[in-house]
Amino acid sequence: MGERKLRVATASLAGCFGCHMSLLDIDERLFELLKLVEFDRTPLTDIKEVGACDIGLIEGGICNAENVHVLKAFRANCRTLVAVGACAITGGVPAMRNNVDLWDCFQEIYQYEGGTEGRVIPKDRELPLPFDRVRPIYEVVRVDYFLPGCPPSADAIWKFLTDLIAGREPVLEHGMLHYD
Amino acid sequence: MPRIAPISEAVGHSVERHGARPSHLVQILREVQAELRCLPGPALDELARALRTPRVRVESAASFYHFFHSESHGAYEILFSDNIIDQMLGKREMMQYLCKLLWLQPGKLSEDGLVYVESTSDIGMADQGPAALVNGHVLPSLDESRLELVAGLIRDQKPLARWPRMLFEVADNVRKAGPLLGQAFEPGSALRKVLKQGAERTLAELDASNLRGRGGAGFKTAVKWASCRRAQGSEKHVVCNADEGEPGTFKDRVLLQSHADLVFEGMTLAARVIGASHGMVYLRGEYLYLLQRLEAVLARRRKDGLLGKGILGEQGFDFDIEIHLGAGAYICGEESALIESLEGKPGKPRNRPPYPDTFGYLGEPTGVNNVETFACAAKIAVHGGAWFAGMGTPASTGSKLMSVSGDVKRPGVYEYPFGVSVKQVLSDCGAGNAQAVQVGGPSGTCVSWREFDRRICFEDVPTAGAFMVFSRDRDMFEVARNFAHFFAHESCGFCTPCRVGTSLLRNHMDKLAAGKGSAYDMVQMKRLMHIMLTMSHCGLGHTAANPVVQTMEKFPDAYERRLRNLDFEPAFDLDGALQTARLITGRDDEWAHIVSKQP
Repeated sequence: MGERKLRVATASLAGCFGCHMSLLDIDERLFELLKLVEFDRTPLTDIKEVGACDIGLIEGGICNAENVHVLKAFRANCRTLVAVGACAITGGVPAMRNNVDLWDCFQEIYQYEGGTEGRVIPKDRELPLPFDRVRPIYEVVRVDYFLPGCPPSADAIWKFLTDLIAGREPVLEHGMLHYD
Repeated sequence: MPRIAPISEAVGHSVERHGARPSHLVQILREVQAELRCLPGPALDELARALRTPRVRVESAASFYHFFHSESHGAYEILFSDNIIDQMLGKREMMQYLCKLLWLQPGKLSEDGLVYVESTSDIGMADQGPAALVNGHVLPSLDESRLELVAGLIRDQKPLARWPRMLFEVADNVRKAGPLLGQAFEPGSALRKVLKQGAERTLAELDASNLRGRGGAGFKTAVKWASCRRAQGSEKHVVCNADEGEPGTFKDRVLLQSHADLVFEGMTLAARVIGASHGMVYLRGEYLYLLQRLEAVLARRRKDGLLGKGILGEQGFDFDIEIHLGAGAYICGEESALIESLEGKPGKPRNRPPYPDTFGYLGEPTGVNNVETFACAAKIAVHGGAWFAGMGTPASTGSKLMSVSGDVKRPGVYEYPFGVSVKQVLSDCGAGNAQAVQVGGPSGTCVSWREFDRRICFEDVPTAGAFMVFSRDRDMFEVARNFAHFFAHESCGFCTPCRVGTSLLRNHMDKLAAGKGSAYDMVQMKRLMHIMLTMSHCGLGHTAANPVVQTMEKFPDAYERRLRNLDFEPAFDLDGALQTARLITGRDDEWAHIVSKQP
């Protein structure tokens, strides 16, 4: 039996999946990555619940109750948790709604022109309940690393992951470390 | 209520009085605000025109200083000193009581536009707190009966000039006098000696005295003056740093109130040594009440030939002193920020070197010293360097004024030879039950009861003069939290490590105070301290984390009992943050809640 492969999980909370797209942008290096790691819960594997992992990558901030459940499960299962991209780190674009009253949001979406039939606000328990404001993930759990960018480039993600997998402190050189 | 002048009139008069010099901008802003009760946009436009200076420069100064505001604070603005010592003396209760009497909320102008009540950083009255400023004038020793009187005067709209004098009486509270405070000083005696023996010899005596700066940093005064004397410049300046902003410090106030001659004489002899003709006192805005007396002393000295042209009949010995008022910015105690402020700019520290001795006020050689340093220099000129060096310890000669406050029976100013033990001071001021002493203010050293044998001197515990005593009934965490708030408020905002670092540190302390602390917060605070210490632009950022670092080290239990979780705890209530959405949707199912597990 060779060395155990590291297990990696990823999830997108209040994000746009742009960071996941950027992860796919490492292109053929994905094969190399798969020699080093195996994926647990990610949109790639369609595994629904996160299991014991070495590395958890979180894209997106916290906008609703379900996000918290997923994030807490990641924190409980991942030895190293990484906030990937602007939304996970600062709240990003979804946090722009923090300037709008939540009641106004609901009215705009469900009750005004183009809203639901009968203009009712749904109360289905399947719908994740939104918080009064969107928050970065470090306000809810302990976070080990922050990988900035909107999204971080494929090269930055590759460099960060390979550093981490090799047991090095991840270092992003000039050009890879950017916030936009 | 007195009439409010039209903008053009207020601006015009003030600009004229200051000869339209942009370097007097902070003084002009003070005067204009006193007339208009605020600094509205149109007044800034008018100022920019009248001073022929960019509008943005006017606005950057107007928005930098705490005492300037763009909206009216009414006919009576009352600012309560918010130092931890004032709080221990009942500041919060007093402020609440006054607000109740006047039917208003802190930080909000009363509905009739008459009065405004708010907190401000320490105003230098820790020995007679709780204290407040009314329109810039000090109201010490506040209690309920005084506040009832004040509320009545405000309701009757009595002008400040007709308020009872006793409300404004600031005591010296000198409890222990030494060579500086205890021995009589004859105005002119030091200058006569200097003229007799010459500048070189005076400098040599100062060198022999080994006098070190009393503002805290302890740089040798003779070295500074010699360098300034050598420096090339068409004009040289002497600046007295009377921006005594370090919370818990008030000894310069006593020197200026009762020993101003000693200070001015020190400045004048400094001028003789370095060859300066222009002197300035940077008086903190909180000490506005001293302005008139100081001006009177200056006028008397001019009349007596101790200032002005040909001092004491000496041909070519020309020197005069003007007083600049600050406007509520702690950072201006840093000498290069102070010079920026004197030049009419926001008080942001410069890159050093070059130091002010070669590149100071208006880029010219400037000798900047603390109030007490000048007073010491005057004494040394009279009595000689050996006399001074005979007191104190080898590396910390002479005596030191200490501002003692807090849980003591006799708060006030104590003069000791350097090297006195903390224990000795505590026993003299009547602190029977002390747990810790904050020496040198928030940016100084927290001395715990285990270390009361330590000595006050540059070799052991250096100080600019503050000595705040906390009894065993006090919570040292709350002391550190007060200081963390102070630094977050007073960071000048120029560099990110300090601007953001002080705010994050304050947030972590508030999180712990709210009972939501975790071991993670402790780790984060330590990281922040390291960043602030290594990356900040000036001493404020370098030392801002000191009170937290030191109390964490010396009183760990004050922190540990506030930790709720060994790992991590959010600062906000997760379930509570869903309440709005629960109300909107009418949901109350299990998915509409987040149950946090109690450890």
